[in-house]
Amino acid sequence: MSQATQEQAVSDDGVIESVSGPVVTATDLNARMNDVVYVGEEGLMGEVIEIEGNVTTIQVYEETSAVSPGETVTNTGEPLSVDLGPGMLDTIYDGVQRPLDVLESQMGAFLDRGVDAPGIDLEKTWEFSPTVEVGEEVGPGDIVGTVDETVSIEHKVLVPPDFEGGEVESIEAGAFTVEETVATLDSGEEVTMHQEWPVREARPTVEKQTPTTPLVSGQRILDGLFPLAKGGTAAIPGPFGSGKTVTQQSLAKFADADIVIYVGCGERGNEMTEVIDDFPELPDPQSGNPLMARTCLIANTSNMPVAARESCVYTGITIAEYYRDMGYDVALMADSTSRWAEAMREISSRLEEMPGEEGYPAYLAARLSAFYERAGYFENVNGTEGSISVIGAVSPPGGDFSEPVTQNTLRIVKTFWALDADLAERRHFPAINWDESYSLYRSQLDPWFEDEIADDWSDTRQWAIDTLDEESELQEIVQLVGKDALPEDQRLTLEVARYLREAWLQQNAFHDVDRYCPPEKTYQILTAIKSFNDEAFEALDAGVPVDEITSIDAVPRLNRIATTPDEEAAEFVADLTEDITNQLREKY
Amino acid sequence: MKEYQTITEISGPLVFVETDEPIGYDEMVEIETPSGETRRGQVLEAASDHVAIQVFEGTDGIDRDSSVRFLGETLKMPVTEDLLGRVLDGSGQPIDGGPDIVPDERHDIIGAAINPTAREYPEEFIQTGVAAIDGMNTLVRGQKLPIFSASGLPHNELALQIARQATVPEETADEDEEESEFAVVFGAMGITAEEANEFMDDFERTGALERSVVFMNLADDPAVERTITPRLVLTTAEYLAFEKDYHVLVILTDMTNYCEALREIGAAREEVPGRRGYPGYMYTDLAELYERAGRIDGREGSVTQIPILTMPGDDETHPIPDLTGYITEGQIYIDRDLNSQNISPPINVLPSLSRLMDDGIGEGLTREDHADVSDQLYAAYAEGEDLRDLVNIVGREALSESDNKYLDFAERFENEFVDQGFTTDRDIDETLDIAWDLLSMLPKTELNRIGEDLIEEYYTDDEEQPVEATAD
Repeated sequence: MSQATQEQAVSDDGVIESVSGPVVTATDLNARMNDVVYVGEEGLMGEVIEIEGNVTTIQVYEETSAVSPGETVTNTGEPLSVDLGPGMLDTIYDGVQRPLDVLESQMGAFLDRGVDAPGIDLEKTWEFSPTVEVGEEVGPGDIVGTVDETVSIEHKVLVPPDFEGGEVESIEAGAFTVEETVATLDSGEEVTMHQEWPVREARPTVEKQTPTTPLVSGQRILDGLFPLAKGGTAAIPGPFGSGKTVTQQSLAKFADADIVIYVGCGERGNEMTEVIDDFPELPDPQSGNPLMARTCLIANTSNMPVAARESCVYTGITIAEYYRDMGYDVALMADSTSRWAEAMREISSRLEEMPGEEGYPAYLAARLSAFYERAGYFENVNGTEGSISVIGAVSPPGGDFSEPVTQNTLRIVKTFWALDADLAERRHFPAINWDESYSLYRSQLDPWFEDEIADDWSDTRQWAIDTLDEESELQEIVQLVGKDALPEDQRLTLEVARYLREAWLQQNAFHDVDRYCPPEKTYQILTAIKSFNDEAFEALDAGVPVDEITSIDAVPRLNRIATTPDEEAAEFVADLTEDITNQLREKY
Repeated sequence: MKEYQTITEISGPLVFVETDEPIGYDEMVEIETPSGETRRGQVLEAASDHVAIQVFEGTDGIDRDSSVRFLGETLKMPVTEDLLGRVLDGSGQPIDGGPDIVPDERHDIIGAAINPTAREYPEEFIQTGVAAIDGMNTLVRGQKLPIFSASGLPHNELALQIARQATVPEETADEDEEESEFAVVFGAMGITAEEANEFMDDFERTGALERSVVFMNLADDPAVERTITPRLVLTTAEYLAFEKDYHVLVILTDMTNYCEALREIGAAREEVPGRRGYPGYMYTDLAELYERAGRIDGREGSVTQIPILTMPGDDETHPIPDLTGYITEGQIYIDRDLNSQNISPPINVLPSLSRLMDDGIGEGLTREDHADVSDQLYAAYAEGEDLRDLVNIVGREALSESDNKYLDFAERFENEFVDQGFTTDRDIDETLDIAWDLLSMLPKTELNRIGEDLIEEYYTDDEEQPVEATAD
C-alpha cells in the first residue's frame, strides 16, 4: 500500500520523541499495532511495532538521517498492505512494493527518501473480458473475468475475499483502469481489478492438500535425487561462494511454475541487476516467452533500509498467494532468509528486547514457521487449485549449520539442499552435498516420475544413491592407503561414482544447453552410466583388469551427454551405450 | 546555530547532552574543549530532551562545561576534481601542506543506495596483470572484490601491484567515445605509520599520486574517526565516477580496524552485542559501504572496490571476513603456506572466487577458452592438492601414474602460474598460454571441463615440444 492509493483516514497525529536508526518513538499517536504511519516532515513510511503507555514505537522503512524529535507522525489507520491487480508481473519492486523503475524516473539513479508510488499503475487500462454473466451468483474469491496481463499469463479478476458476494447486476467487456468498476453485485459491492491485502495476514483458502506433482527444476541433482513438490518448501543453506544465488536463479529461470516471485532480501545490488538484465532476454522453457512475463521481482538490496528488508518476504508471499488464488502454481524464491532474520534481530535489539539464541529475538522460530506455512498445495475458495512452493536460501555465519536460522528452518522445511564449500572449491557445481541433503517428498512424487518419465525411476535413483554412498565409504579408506591398494571391484565402483559425480550431478549453469536438463535427459544420463556400470562389472567378472576397462575411449564421452542438445541426447546415449558395450566385450 | 553547555555524561567516545529543542538524527556537532580545541562528532541518538553524540577525534579533555554546537546538517564531504593528488586525514582535512580545498559541491557521506534498476551490470574485464586473479578470479569494473589476508602477509604489496598495473585492454580501435580516466581513492583505517609510508612511497615513486586521493587514518588516530573515513572515501569516489566520469579503484585497508571501531562504539552505547561482541547491525553497516561499488546506466565512470581485511587468527569464519564474503562479489585469499614457500603473490586460488567473472570473460572480452581453462585449472589443482595429503601417508611410489601427474601439475601450477613476483605484469594471453602449457601435462581425456574444439586448438602434445616452452 502507498500514500498514493490511500484515502487519508482520520486519526490523531503524534509527535516524534526519539530517533535511533530505523526505530522511532512517538507520543500521542493513536494507532493500532502494525498500522502504517508517515514519519516526520518528509513523510517517511513506517509501521507501528510496539505500543507502551503513551509511547508508540515505529520501524521506519527509509533512512532516518536528520529526522528530529518534535516532527509529526501521521497514522493511516491501515496495516501494511500490498496493491494487487494486473501489472505486477514483469515489474521490480522494493521491499514495500514501490516499483523501482517508477522511483528511478522520479528521483534518478540513487534512492531518495519520502517518495511514494502505488504498487500497480493506476492509469493504465486493461482489456477486461467477463467470464460470468449478469444474474450469476458469485462469492468471495470467485473469478468474474480475465485480463491478458503478459504474453504468458492470463490474469483472473477475483471478487475480493472480504466481500460478501451476490448476484451480478452488471458486467461488461471493455478497457478499464484498475480503479474502475468492472462488475457490480446486488449486495451493492463493486468489483474492481485492484485489491489491497495486509501482508502479514494469509489470504483465505479452503484446505491444504498433500502435494503429488514435482516442481521440475531442470537441475539434475534436484530432480534426480532431491525433488521438490509443487507446494513444497525447501531450504538452501550454504557458506558464501557455494552458489546459493546461482541455484536460486537457475530455479527461477527453469522451474516449471506458472509464476515466479523472486525476493532478493538483503543481497547484492549487482545480482538483482543481473536478473533484471537476463530475465527479459531468456525464454521460459515451458512457453518460449520471455521469462519476465511470468516473474515479479522484489529487490531489497543489503544497503536499502533494514526495516523494509523485514517486510519484503511478506510482500512477496502475499503477491504469491494472490496468483495462487487464480489457480496458478507459484514458486517463491527468498534469497536470503538469513538477512530477513538479521533484520528482525536488528529491530529487536533497537527495541531492547530480551534476546534469544545468538541475539536473535525469541520469536524467530515462530516467524519463520508462520512464513513457510503460507506455502502449500491448496484448494482455493473459488474451487480452483493452486500452489506456492517456497525456496529459502540461508546464509549461516561461517557456514556453520548449527546456527539458529538454519536450525529453525530445517525444523519446518521438507527439502534440504546443503551447499558445500569443498565442492564449490573444486568447482563442482551445483555444490549440493548429496550425503547431507534430503527430500521428504521423494515417495510422494515417485508415482509421477514413474508415470511420466520411466517405470524404474526410483530403482535407478536408488542405485545411484547406493553407489555414491559406497564411494564415500571407500574414499575414507583411499585417504589412508591410496586407491591402488583397493581390490579391483571397489576401484571400479569408484570409477563409476566419479562419472555419477562428473557427468550427472555436475551441471553448468552458464552453458546454453546444460543449464536446463529436462527430467527425461536426467534419466537418460543416469541409465547410460548404469549400463556402463553393468557392462563393466561383467567384464571384470570375465577377468578384464580395471585399468583396461576404464581406459576404453568411449567412456569419457559420458561427460559429453549433458552438453548435447536435448533432442539429440537419446540418440547420443544409445550410440554411446552401444560403443561402450562393444568396446568392453572386445576385451573378453 | 544551537549551542549548549549541558553535557551530562562522557563515556568512551560518547557524550550525552541535554537539549531543549529537537536535534536531528545523524546531525553534525562541534564540541569546544576548555583549552579551545574543536572536536567534531555526530548525533547517534536523538530524543526530545537529550542526545548521544559520537565524537570522532576522541573525548579526552572534554568536560561538563565544554560547549556543544549543533550544526543543523548531516556530515558532508566537500568534493572537487582538485582532490586528485591530495592527502587528507581520516576526517577529510588536508595533511599534505597544500592549499585549502575549494569544494565544487558538498555531498552527504551517507550515500543513498543505487536503485537496482539504474545499475549497469559489471562485465568489463580489468586486467590486473596478476595471473591468479586475471586467469582464475577475474576482476571487472564495478565489482567489489576483497582481499582476505592475515597479519604478516603481503596483502599491501598485492593491492599496490593491482593499483599500479590495472588496465582495461583496448578491444576496439575505433574508440568513438573519449576514454574515461583512471583514478585511485585510497582509504587507510588504523594502519601503522610504516605501512602508510610504504603506500605513499609507492604512490610517489610511480607517479600514481597525481591520479589518487589518499585518506589516512593511522593506528594512533582516534578509532571512532575510522567509522567515517570509508564513507568519505566512497563519497569522493562516487563523485569522481558518476559526475566526473573517472574509473575509480577504491582500496580500503584495513576493514578489520573499521569493524573494531564499530564494536567500540556499540559497546560504549551498551548495545546488545552480536557474534564475538560485534554489533548486530554490522552486516547492514558493511553493506552500506561495499554496495557503493558499481556502475550506473548512462554514466561513464565506475567504482571498483578492493577492500583489504586481516582475518584475526587466520579464521575465515570470524564475523568480519564472514559478513564481508556474504556482501562482496567474491574474495581473494592470501595464503600463509604459499607465502612461506616464497610464492608471490601468495594467492590461494581454491577458496578465492570472483562472482562476476563468468560475464566478464570469454570471446570478445578476454579469450574464448578462458572459462573452460579456468574451470579445468581449478579442478586439476584441487585434485593435486587432495593427493598431497595422501602422499604424506603412502608416499609417491604408491600412487598411480595419473595421480603423479596431478601432483606435478599442482607443483608447477604454484611455481609457474601463481608465482610471478610483485613486479611482473602479465597480459591475459600470456596468462592463458601458461595455463595451456600446464594443462598439456595431463592427458586429453582428463580435460573434461574443456570443449573438444578448444582442446584441438590449444592443447600441445608432448611429442611436438611447444616452441615457447615454459615461461621464464
